[in-house]
Amino acid sequence: MNDIYIITTASLVASSCALLGCFLILRKMAMVGDAISHAVLPGIVIAFLISGSRDSITMLIGAGLIGILTTFLIEFFHKKAKLQTDASIGVTFTWLFAVGVVLISLFAGKVDLDQDCVLYGEIAYVPIDILIINNESFGPRALYIMSAILFAIILFIYIGYKELFLTTFDPAYASAIGISTSLWHYLLMSAVSLTTVASFESVGAILVVALLIAPAATAYLLTDNFKLMLVIACLAGIAASVTGYYVAVWLDSSIAGSIAMMAGVIFTFTLIFSPSHGLISKRLKATIG
Amino acid sequence: MEKEISITPALEIHDLTVAFDRKPVLWNIDLKLPQGKLVGIIGPNGAGKSTLIKAVMGLLPLSSGFAKLFDQDLNDIRTRVSYVPQRESVDWDFPASVLDVVLMGRYGKLGLFNRPRKADRDAAMDCLKQVGMEQYAHRQISQLSGGQQQRTFLARALAQQADIYFMDEPFAGVDAATEKAIIELLRNMTQANKTVIVVHHDLQSVPQYFDWVILLNTRLIACGPTASTFTQSNLQETYGGKLTLLSDVGDLIKRESFPNREGSAKQAL
Amino acid sequence: MNSFLEFFSFADPNIRYVAFGAVLLTASSAIVGSFTFLNKKSLIGDAIAHAVLPGICLGFIVSQTKNPVILITGAFITGWLSLLAVEFITARTRLKEDTAIGLVLSVFFGIGIVMLTVIQKSGNAAQSGLDHFLFGKAAALVGDDLIAFGSVALILLIVVYFLFKEFALLAFDKDYARSIGFPVRIIELVLTSLIVLAVVIGIQAVGVVLMAAILITPAAAARFWTNKITVMILLASIFGAVSGLSGAYISYIAPAMPTGPWIVIVISTIAFISFFFAPKRGVINRLFRQATIRRTINDENVLKAFYQLGEENKNFFNPHPAEAVLRKRRMQHGAMIKILERLQAQGYLEKAKPGWTLTEEGKLRAQRVVKIHRLWELYLTTELRIAPDHVHDDADTIEHLLTPELEAELERILQFPKADPHQSEIPYRDR
Repeated sequence: MNDIYIITTASLVASSCALLGCFLILRKMAMVGDAISHAVLPGIVIAFLISGSRDSITMLIGAGLIGILTTFLIEFFHKKAKLQTDASIGVTFTWLFAVGVVLISLFAGKVDLDQDCVLYGEIAYVPIDILIINNESFGPRALYIMSAILFAIILFIYIGYKELFLTTFDPAYASAIGISTSLWHYLLMSAVSLTTVASFESVGAILVVALLIAPAATAYLLTDNFKLMLVIACLAGIAASVTGYYVAVWLDSSIAGSIAMMAGVIFTFTLIFSPSHGLISKRLKATIG
Repeated sequence: MEKEISITPALEIHDLTVAFDRKPVLWNIDLKLPQGKLVGIIGPNGAGKSTLIKAVMGLLPLSSGFAKLFDQDLNDIRTRVSYVPQRESVDWDFPASVLDVVLMGRYGKLGLFNRPRKADRDAAMDCLKQVGMEQYAHRQISQLSGGQQQRTFLARALAQQADIYFMDEPFAGVDAATEKAIIELLRNMTQANKTVIVVHHDLQSVPQYFDWVILLNTRLIACGPTASTFTQSNLQETYGGKLTLLSDVGDLIKRESFPNREGSAKQAL
Repeated sequence: MNSFLEFFSFADPNIRYVAFGAVLLTASSAIVGSFTFLNKKSLIGDAIAHAVLPGICLGFIVSQTKNPVILITGAFITGWLSLLAVEFITARTRLKEDTAIGLVLSVFFGIGIVMLTVIQKSGNAAQSGLDHFLFGKAAALVGDDLIAFGSVALILLIVVYFLFKEFALLAFDKDYARSIGFPVRIIELVLTSLIVLAVVIGIQAVGVVLMAAILITPAAAARFWTNKITVMILLASIFGAVSGLSGAYISYIAPAMPTGPWIVIVISTIAFISFFFAPKRGVINRLFRQATIRRTINDENVLKAFYQLGEENKNFFNPHPAEAVLRKRRMQHGAMIKILERLQAQGYLEKAKPGWTLTEEGKLRAQRVVKIHRLWELYLTTELRIAPDHVHDDADTIEHLLTPELEAELERILQFPKADPHQSEIPYRDR
């Protein structure tokens, strides 16, 4: 039963990340996603200190706000201080992440987080943290949280599909027909922050990046249809979760690390064998053509 | 030139100044365009041709002045205005089909929550037919040639069913046959009293393509019917010596972080 | 406080080694990082930093010891691999560079974590301390480690010293470098190897997770203080050294603390101070300069009002009360009085009955402003054919800005005209 719980949670995390990742990589914002996933750490720690527990709305909101602050800071350093974009991303997230780690060390007694958890999460403990209402057990709490997050993201993409699609493909045209590119930019960034915060416990700050980028990149090499890309990305994320779990059990290693590794393996496999954009098919086309 | 416009002008630009990083790239542009004309914006590289279109479309902040379309603000009549960005401005590796892109032309009218219906698809297909691309509707955009990409963009603009069209270099990277087909299409549109404004590079074809020209080089040189405006002396002024003093002053504004307008400095404090 | 003195007196040889080592590692990383910053490849450093983790673990698995030379070799290999992977993915697929970086970074790191957790559970006692490479531990810089990491840092410094000119030109203008026959590909290869090496040694102090900061942030901070590349790199190394030293100190007083985050907080603080307070490029200075410009504009507008009043009654030295000036120039009464008093203190105005009058100096300054205003209006109408009713606002700005050289140029182009487009006389200084 524990296996199922862990794999299901990981799959929910992977699907949420994969959906958002598709937008991130097409917007050339993969590294902004990376930055946000690191930068939410101080928000999580502070929310932890204030609310005293890890499963609170405070945490989601607090860390979500920090995520928005990150995108804002990156833009601020870029526009006001005239720092080149990549440097402004690098400076911003390393700083916020460092603050988070230091806060954890300083309040080690009060915060039930440690450095390992920050790096690769504690998905193995998911089955232990059970949701109990009226003395009745309803299964792991993370399952409920991640389901809610995934549902929210699907709803968000369903409602704003047109706008997200257009502002991603052709922002100038989107503004020209009156769609606010910055509104959708910030909505998307909020969704990324929320997801990384919610996924944080399970997979940690850095491996969430693997789930944001690798499945989406895999899907991008398999299809030219955006809707299909969203579906394939989810499937690739789930596949990484399932195989990653069993590899971790086999090696007795970190589950999250192994999921990230498997996401990479699936990507590499696709890179070589994809029928449309793989290295082999390209080579074949080149020799035939 | 204003005498020739008796009805509402399609576009009126008044004292428009646009700056990049404070340096003005367009100085005090004033012009009016009549309806139902095919208009070429002509000028050397860096003259601000694309900037002018983007400024009118509200994509760039204005340092001074305003633009009105059919005597109204852009925001009040967005559905009547269509914009064709430069082809290179988007990533053609994007996972989308030709029809997906053309359907975007309907988004403005659809609003939030609504998705494209059958009627929208039919309209999009019809527009593809007009540009001769109907057999490519389900082709991926990454597989299109330059000319086909341009025609896709054109179809998207047509799908908007606007009254005025701004096109940023629609002939860039397009073969001669496609160029001819496109100009034919634009002609037909102007016959239906649509106004089409095109950023154009090739001086040779100007007299043959356009009813009206805007000659631009960081400032407006001339704007009027091609026959009377596209003259040797105007061209000389457009392409001839740059006004070095003007660009020196522009650089100075940028270097000194000077406000473009006195009033705008207050916000900075 | 006691520990502070104890540490910074450097009496204890152990402290000396640790401090020296930390400074050497961070400073050399900062120097090499400056070139990644100038090449606009800041985030590549991040990818390499994460990618050295599996290399270190691999080195350990192979040797079953924490021999620094083997760990460095392992790290160097996977660091290079990650770089090749990023380049390969960017060149051979339709994925963009940022996606490739994020992908390689997170997957390599994931593999590293898998290896690390496997090693930790293997029961080999020698493994303890490997996880210091995650967040850094400057205090561990003793003995063999110091010698190994220190020598790599020295190699870095020597290579940068000898190839400085080449690196600088490459960062500035690669095409030109190629055109004058520089072996660009080889120099790039050397520089990339240096970056990988810098990461490999820097992680001892900062850790893989935050290594990017010590590459990028010192350079970003230094960039605000200077436009000279040599000065910039010197400053970057000093900033890096300061943060490294503070990391060593933290490591000394709180052995349980990871040093990386503290080093990053120190270097980031230096960077934020630079962003805001650096002369010329800093944000505060820019705001301050705008305030100064604003004041100049206000001052000159008031002088101009005096001049215009003078033109009206044909005597520039007639006194005018504040109210009369306010009719020319709308603003709050209090603000006007302040400006008038400031101009008086500067010698442009004199107190008179009623109000104030221009001094000779004030008249000259006002006259210049009015002259430029009218010349610019004329320039815009004649040279740019802008409608006469649209030129006033522009001239209102330019009149405060024009340098004497441009002013002379303007006079020359227009050939000292007599009147502006609105038939107002253009006042010249006695010619």
